[in-house]
Amino acid sequence: MTFKNPLKYTSLGLFAGVLAIALAACSGGDNAATAPEGSESGSETAATDGGSTAEGEVKVDGSSTVFPISEAMAEEFMKENSGIKVTVGVSGTGGGFKKFCAGETDISNASRPIKQEEIELCEKGGIEYVEVPVSFDGLSVVVNPANDFASCMTPDDLKKMWEPAAEGQIENWNQIKADFPDKPLALYGPGTDSGTYDYFTAATVGEEGESRGDYTASEDDNVIVQGVAGDEGGLGFFGYAYYEENKDKLKLVEIDGGDGCVAPSAETIADGTYKPLSRPEFIYVKKESLSKPEVKAFAEYIIDPANAGLISEVGYVPLSSEIVTVVQKRLEEGKTGTVFGGESAVGLKLADVLSKEQ
Amino acid sequence: MNRDPFIEGDPASATSQFKVNLSGRYKIDRIFEIATWAAVCISLLVLAALVVDVLVDGLPRLNWSFLTSFPSRKPEEAGILPAFAGTLWVMVIIAVLSFPLGVGAGIFLEEFSQDNWLARTIEININNLAGVPSIIYGLLGLQVFVRIFEPVTGGRSVLSGALTLVLLVLPIIIVATREALRSIPDSLRLAGFALGATRWQVVREQILPLALPGILTGTILALSRAIGETAPLITIGALTFIPYLPDNLQSPFTTLPIQVYNWVSRPQKEFHDTAAAGIIVLMVVLLLMNATAVFLRNKFQKRF
Repeated sequence: MTFKNPLKYTSLGLFAGVLAIALAACSGGDNAATAPEGSESGSETAATDGGSTAEGEVKVDGSSTVFPISEAMAEEFMKENSGIKVTVGVSGTGGGFKKFCAGETDISNASRPIKQEEIELCEKGGIEYVEVPVSFDGLSVVVNPANDFASCMTPDDLKKMWEPAAEGQIENWNQIKADFPDKPLALYGPGTDSGTYDYFTAATVGEEGESRGDYTASEDDNVIVQGVAGDEGGLGFFGYAYYEENKDKLKLVEIDGGDGCVAPSAETIADGTYKPLSRPEFIYVKKESLSKPEVKAFAEYIIDPANAGLISEVGYVPLSSEIVTVVQKRLEEGKTGTVFGGESAVGLKLADVLSKEQ
Repeated sequence: MNRDPFIEGDPASATSQFKVNLSGRYKIDRIFEIATWAAVCISLLVLAALVVDVLVDGLPRLNWSFLTSFPSRKPEEAGILPAFAGTLWVMVIIAVLSFPLGVGAGIFLEEFSQDNWLARTIEININNLAGVPSIIYGLLGLQVFVRIFEPVTGGRSVLSGALTLVLLVLPIIIVATREALRSIPDSLRLAGFALGATRWQVVREQILPLALPGILTGTILALSRAIGETAPLITIGALTFIPYLPDNLQSPFTTLPIQVYNWVSRPQKEFHDTAAAGIIVLMVVLLLMNATAVFLRNKFQKRF
């Protein structure tokens, strides 16, 4: 007697069939994608020295805040240079530098200047880099629209709320200023891993990465928007783009950095009058990769004033033309190192720092 | 009810010794029934609210070009193609690798191994592994597949991602395989042995075919878990913006949940709708996989 069981074979066959269909769908997608790529190649103008048929790969990774800029730039750049592939990852400013200093990426996105320990990491990895500021962002402090008293605050007011000593102590608005009403205070902010948090604490508390622990933290800024919008005593902070998209749900707090109350806007962020909460955003380009025409072309494309519209489109503020000229020169000369010396960019005017370098 | 023997047979003694209180008992019955109904309804309502919310936001965005375009800074032009292709690549690799490994290990543990300390240790470990948070597998994958096996996997590649998720689903497949094998009555094995078949013959010809529907169901459900994983893939370095599709095992990749996560965290409302459309695509893929599992079970289980 033989043990025959057709069942086994049919079901195995069926399973294999499912796999085959999946594979087919997969490779089908491949073909569809490569076709238009091939047909377009070489037809567009290319900004590279290497001619119109430049090919290669540009690997970008790092800050999630800078991601939209890289994505927008990559999208347009690849329309003009169809042979070049730009990939963008999101592993955070710190995570991005880890990969960058290990030589895994060409460009690292950063929402703050490179830190001392990252400088050392890059030295150890033998990675030289060119620091390229690409845009500004204004950290916006927001409250609930029902809040009619907090319309202008100083960094010291914010320090009172956010400093580590406030933990469990400062629970009411009237503890911040005597003329604020008796209303429970609820704080919302980005998680401690984010560059936004680093910058905000450096600018208000005075110590980068130090704050009270009992606030509602979220990696997703939209959660902070929801939190403040639904809490009459709420206060939160995040990048300007998140305020712009939720103007109807939130009230912006003006910041008095010593020269009167200023609200963040494209102008006040760009010229530095909105302080100390406007911050530059960077890309760090590997020096070695700059010898590759595709990386050089992409870096030049990002700081080209002709493409500044893309930066505004994704919600950030482009650099002023004077700064762009300095930055372009840096990139052209391949000037390595950081102008911030491993420190935070708080209280420094980008234009001043860069011109001192010259 | 007058069919109750106590009441019918000997009313006097029955009523004296038993508190019948039928209406009270049926009331408890009813209360319990309502409670279970409420449990079902509440969970279904939550699910329905989620699904409706996603459908309302996402359906207007869902069209053919959404499935065939690359991501874009413009929400209305953004598409899900690289993420979709990446997910398919990852799923196929996972299926090909985890099915033989998981089923093989399950068969060994259930049919071949003796009940000794080694088998018990393996068993406890596998059960524990099934409950380990996925991010841990991500860290393991980063060190082992991305760094140590870099020459083979190509670093942060689709193969590294798939291998990491294979680790994640293997314990589930092994447990499912063992459950399926255990549900086959021992009499079948004994009958096989009585006819002079070896253990391998019994497993191959009798036990495995009968257990296969259960094993396949378990495998597909395990794959359904893998398809939604984000954290381990981000840990091993899956990218977010990729202008091309994976064309070999060492290609960089992205997957549906990573793309959705990225869109959800954007400030623009339009991107949130795009994310909802991405969720619908992910849900449809998931439902298709689960439907396959149900189909396989129903088709083959009847014959047993």
